[in-house]
Amino acid sequence: MIAVATLTPGYYLTLAAALFTIGAVGLLVRRNTLVMFMCIELMLNAANLTFVAFAKALNDISGQVIVFFTLGVAAAEVAVGLAIIVAIFRRRQDVTADDLHVLEG
Amino acid sequence: MQALIFYVCAVAVITGALGVVLARNPVHSALFLLMTLVSVAVLFVQLDAGLVAAIQVVVYASAIVVLFVFVITLLGVDKHESFDEPSLFQRPVAIVLGVLVFAQVIFLAGHYWATGAHSTRGKLSGPRTGNVETLARSLFTDFVWAFEITAVLLVIAVVGGVALARRSGQRPGPNELKAREVKGSGS
Repeated sequence: MIAVATLTPGYYLTLAAALFTIGAVGLLVRRNTLVMFMCIELMLNAANLTFVAFAKALNDISGQVIVFFTLGVAAAEVAVGLAIIVAIFRRRQDVTADDLHVLEG
Repeated sequence: MQALIFYVCAVAVITGALGVVLARNPVHSALFLLMTLVSVAVLFVQLDAGLVAAIQVVVYASAIVVLFVFVITLLGVDKHESFDEPSLFQRPVAIVLGVLVFAQVIFLAGHYWATGAHSTRGKLSGPRTGNVETLARSLFTDFVWAFEITAVLLVIAVVGGVALARRSGQRPGPNELKAREVKGSGS
């Protein structure tokens, strides 16, 4: 039986750290802006998991309330970001990050 | 049992995250993202955060992933994304940075510096109040100012999204010119 009896917050924090790292490396490695956005979502989720794990560890509700605000910010960010991607695509036919190094109209 | 659930969900979370990064097709990335988000929601339930888990499924797993898939269908799947880096150093440097970040966070998490008073804003759930009521009470008393600012932020995001997606009043790009030509020749 591999299952340990007690789950300390360290398990959740380690998982969140791994999730954050994968998101950060993915953001740096990938070139498709949509996939880069998904990697940002992964990093936000890792932060949410950390907040909820600490809320449980400290028996404090404020960690979960902050996850609420993170969700709101993530929703706003995705809406605006995808609108920007669509606007870029309309103009340039391509949404690869390497092609967007020129800041012109 | 708790530990078993944790390990299964942890494997699903990591698999989904790796799938997001490694999948070549953006639609597959979106589906792997969905897998990660739902597994994280299960972990939220395990951590006594039922309402947050429900909102994670409703907002993230449905609304945001559907928005991603919708934009992918709108733009078309970018099949010619090459995995060859234009810069020779970028990928190794990214991986080294990732390992460094992971080591740092593990170092901090291993020491588990959760000091300070417990339950300053109220316990997770009282004897007779559930998670929803406790959370709502804290949200509308202690955090009401942040709540209002979030409302303003969402309004700004909606207005900004509409302004960005609006067609009129902007110089037409090459795509639109092409589309107009096609439309003009057809009529």
